[in-house]
Amino acid sequence: MRNSMKIALRNLLRYRRRTFFTLGLIAVGMIFVLVFVSVTAWFKDMMVRNITDSYLGHIQIHAKGYVDSIDMLPLQLNLPPEQVVMIEQALKENTAIEAYTERIKFGGAFSNFEQTTNIRINGVDPEAEIQTEPLLLPRLINGERGAISLSRGKILVPELLAQGLGVKVGDTVVVVATNRDGSVNGKTFVIGGILSSATGPGGRDGYMHIDDARDLLRMTDSEVSEIAIRIKNLSDLQRISGALQSKLIATEGLKDIEIHTWEKLSPFATVVQMIDVMTFFLKLMLVSVVLIGIMNVMIMAVYERIREIGTIAAMGTPPRRILYLFLYEGLMLGTLGALLGTAVGVALILALNSFKITFSFGQQTGLVLTPTIAFSQVALICLLVVGVSLVATLQPAWKASQMEPIDALRHV
Amino acid sequence: MSLVELENVSKMYRLGAVEVWAVRDIDLHIEEGSFVAFVGPSGSGKTTLLNLIGGLDKPTTGRIRVGGFDVSTFDRTQAARFRGEQIGFVFQNFNLVPVLTAAENVEYPLIMVQTRPEPERQKRVADLMEAVGMADRKDQFPDQLSGGQQQRVAVARALVSRPKLVLADEPTANLDHDTAYSIINLMKKMRADFNTAFIFSTHDPRIIGEAEIVITLEDGRLVSREESGRRVHA
Repeated sequence: MRNSMKIALRNLLRYRRRTFFTLGLIAVGMIFVLVFVSVTAWFKDMMVRNITDSYLGHIQIHAKGYVDSIDMLPLQLNLPPEQVVMIEQALKENTAIEAYTERIKFGGAFSNFEQTTNIRINGVDPEAEIQTEPLLLPRLINGERGAISLSRGKILVPELLAQGLGVKVGDTVVVVATNRDGSVNGKTFVIGGILSSATGPGGRDGYMHIDDARDLLRMTDSEVSEIAIRIKNLSDLQRISGALQSKLIATEGLKDIEIHTWEKLSPFATVVQMIDVMTFFLKLMLVSVVLIGIMNVMIMAVYERIREIGTIAAMGTPPRRILYLFLYEGLMLGTLGALLGTAVGVALILALNSFKITFSFGQQTGLVLTPTIAFSQVALICLLVVGVSLVATLQPAWKASQMEPIDALRHV
Repeated sequence: MSLVELENVSKMYRLGAVEVWAVRDIDLHIEEGSFVAFVGPSGSGKTTLLNLIGGLDKPTTGRIRVGGFDVSTFDRTQAARFRGEQIGFVFQNFNLVPVLTAAENVEYPLIMVQTRPEPERQKRVADLMEAVGMADRKDQFPDQLSGGQQQRVAVARALVSRPKLVLADEPTANLDHDTAYSIINLMKKMRADFNTAFIFSTHDPRIIGEAEIVITLEDGRLVSREESGRRVHA
């Protein structure tokens, strides 16, 4: 094998320009894929974190039918107290869950006594909400840091609404809401903080204490609209969600609940899917580049060395060895290209990190580009390139191994 | 004992609808350690006959035995193994592997064909490079060697696997007379040193006289066999 590799390497160096051109082609393809994967992985991770850690959580539990009519924030589809207790029990026993928060979600009118506008509000327990949504407080532009900004009688107001109505921290405002039986109730609140917007439909909601929400809506029971859950390991989302669903649905009295992962609740999941599709097609392009590049080189290599193949075949070299000679050549070309592409690609990713490039995305400004790529991803892409190199070499190598020496020796 | 036995061997090629008989009804016996020349004009069937004896081609009719093996019945793999173990080849254009040095070219059959251990390989290569007078150029690549030097390396390569028979197709055609003469003498010396039979084809009248057996072919037929001056008509 060592000698076959040596011959393969020397043959590659024999046509230096062609070899380096092909290596360059593979490397450039690799670099594109690595940089794209790293940037999109960072973007996806950043966006998913922004959405799930700001307001959505990783998993949500609702009464059956709630999500279908979520735009109306239907109070009649809240989870009743006895179900909430059973769900709480199950969540506390589940070691994969880091935290959970119970919310009452409702729509109402928000007034500064001069102007009135619509607002969507989450009534939450401040401590539980902060543990489940660790990026909620960092979104505070103004106001007291910590759970105190959401203490009773206070309200967190989304930035755009605060700007529109010209309200600031400490101002007194009125929130008017229609409760389940259709009667209207109003309550004054002090603005405890202004929240910057987060991407997605829940990113412009206001927050108040859950007991204030119940008072406003004249709820006597401790019912909730949703329970948002934060799990310890997001990469294990599907398994944890599935296990939780199986456990809860199997519990008597919890048949009519629904469990959704964030992917089912946020339109950004579609963007993630689009990014994944784009990544897939970029990888497909890389495969095509490697396949065509190496196949072209190897077909040429076989064609140019027909007499040489005839000579070694005449000397008694078994067809299998001739096959390996060319396979090693293609494999080496792919491996060297993959290594070169990885070296330059990783260097480029590190350089992008060191440049600290900032940009804006929607309402979010000052985002720092910090592309990252997992070792497993790099290894996978390298393996893909090496594997495709092997496939691309198979046909020319097979052709070489099957040549009749007498015909090959006659080749001019 | 005959090393090569051909019985009623013919070879036909089909060029479209036309049948071309490259060799016809050849009966031939060559003993071990012989030094034989196939002579005749272009198209007389010299190369075809060498290819048939070497297991590179199969006869249309007849039987070929080399070293006790019935070459005409071999499949691809058997033919390759037979060539690797029993036959050495020397080509008109030397056909050295360009990416290997002279010594590596000689070593090639011991690595890729016979798989011999390294110490044995090194000794055999060194001995042969010395024997063909190329020891001082063993690390040079083919494009750094003259035609004569390349053919010396090719002779060493043909002998390194210790075959019973070396087939050389026009080994001197691309060489000047002095070099051609030295190559033929080298082959003779190797024959004497290793008791390997040599069969070479040529139409160069200046080196025909060096052969001990001269077999003349015309239009694919064996027309005469001359052994050290004794002419036997076929």
